[in-house]
Amino acid sequence: MDKKRRDFLKIAGATTLAGLGGPAVVERLVSGTSPAQAKAAHGAETHGVVSEHEKENAPTGRRLGMVVDLRQLKKHPELMEKIVHACHAQHNVPHFPNKKDEIKWIWRTEFDKAFTEHSHYHKDKLTIANDVLVFCNHCDEPPCVKACPTRATFKTKDGIVAMDYHRCIGCRFCMAACPYGSRSFNWRDPRAGLDMNRINRHFPTRMRGVVEKCNFCAELVGLGKLPKCVEVCGSTRAMIFGDLNDPDSEIRKVLKDNFTIQRKPSLGTHPSVFYIV
Amino acid sequence: MYDGGKIIPGLIIFVLFITFPVWYNRGNAGAVPQPELPKKFKECVLPYADMRAEHMQLLNRWRDQVLRTGDWGFDVKIGDTMYQKSLMNTCMQCHTSKKKFCDRCHTYASVKPYCWDCHIAPVE
Repeated sequence: MDKKRRDFLKIAGATTLAGLGGPAVVERLVSGTSPAQAKAAHGAETHGVVSEHEKENAPTGRRLGMVVDLRQLKKHPELMEKIVHACHAQHNVPHFPNKKDEIKWIWRTEFDKAFTEHSHYHKDKLTIANDVLVFCNHCDEPPCVKACPTRATFKTKDGIVAMDYHRCIGCRFCMAACPYGSRSFNWRDPRAGLDMNRINRHFPTRMRGVVEKCNFCAELVGLGKLPKCVEVCGSTRAMIFGDLNDPDSEIRKVLKDNFTIQRKPSLGTHPSVFYIV
Repeated sequence: MYDGGKIIPGLIIFVLFITFPVWYNRGNAGAVPQPELPKKFKECVLPYADMRAEHMQLLNRWRDQVLRTGDWGFDVKIGDTMYQKSLMNTCMQCHTSKKKFCDRCHTYASVKPYCWDCHIAPVE
């Protein structure tokens, strides 16, 4: 064994080169593309996912949505309270006076709280004076569904972001994920906040420790009826419900004829609820 | 064995003591629960024996079909009538008493299903 220092350095150098360059060469051979091409392809793919136009061109299945006509709600000031009450009565939503325990499926809020991305500098009188009706947006890309560890919340084939309370473990990840505050947690036994003699006996209550929210009246829509809030609006047509993927639906016609806005569109959740201001 | 005279009778007494429930109740299964069946209706979703053995799987299946698949329609045939897949809106419409129907067996078998934490039992 008379290894010279010169030989040792040669071998050490070659090994270092092989160690650094080898994986890169192998990777390129396996994928069959140069890094520049791979990056371009990936970029195009990402673009395709984000692009709103491509989404509109290739709809799959039903996507139920709602248009809220705030002009009509301003014209009928008593209507909002009626809608909230009808929804909460239909779904046995409890009432707790303490704000911390509050459960809400649909509620009224100020314009600048609902539409945080819009400019509120020198707002007009009418907008300041009138509330907005807000509820679950039944997003096309719902962040709550991604956050749920048990798949208790999920998107149905009709595009409704639904809850399966049997599976909810009450971790409240979905509440943290929802940018609209559409979800409420049952800190207390909801039956304590309900008049059990006057509840809707065709729809369950919830139990303590689960998260709840608007279900787009899946129990009525599933039977071919309209959601309760839309039914209450009646001839005022303050809320219009329908399939956003059906080009002949009433909701698509309303969307075509009116300028509408959505809540926090920049977040990429693709809300299915639109507002005519 | 040292002290065998004490250990062996002690063991026998111990074994007799811990098996007390077995030999005291031998040949006697206790009062068999008698759930009260609806008087007006004779047929259920499945034959009697299947309902008794598998009603919990049936309810789970219905739950998944309704909530997960969005299959809310009236597609359960009992006799000549179509019903929804629903505990509150179908089962409990015939079995009008939770106490006299559900609870009698569940209490006997010491099972505590959590259905009624959310679902609303009929007024009794």
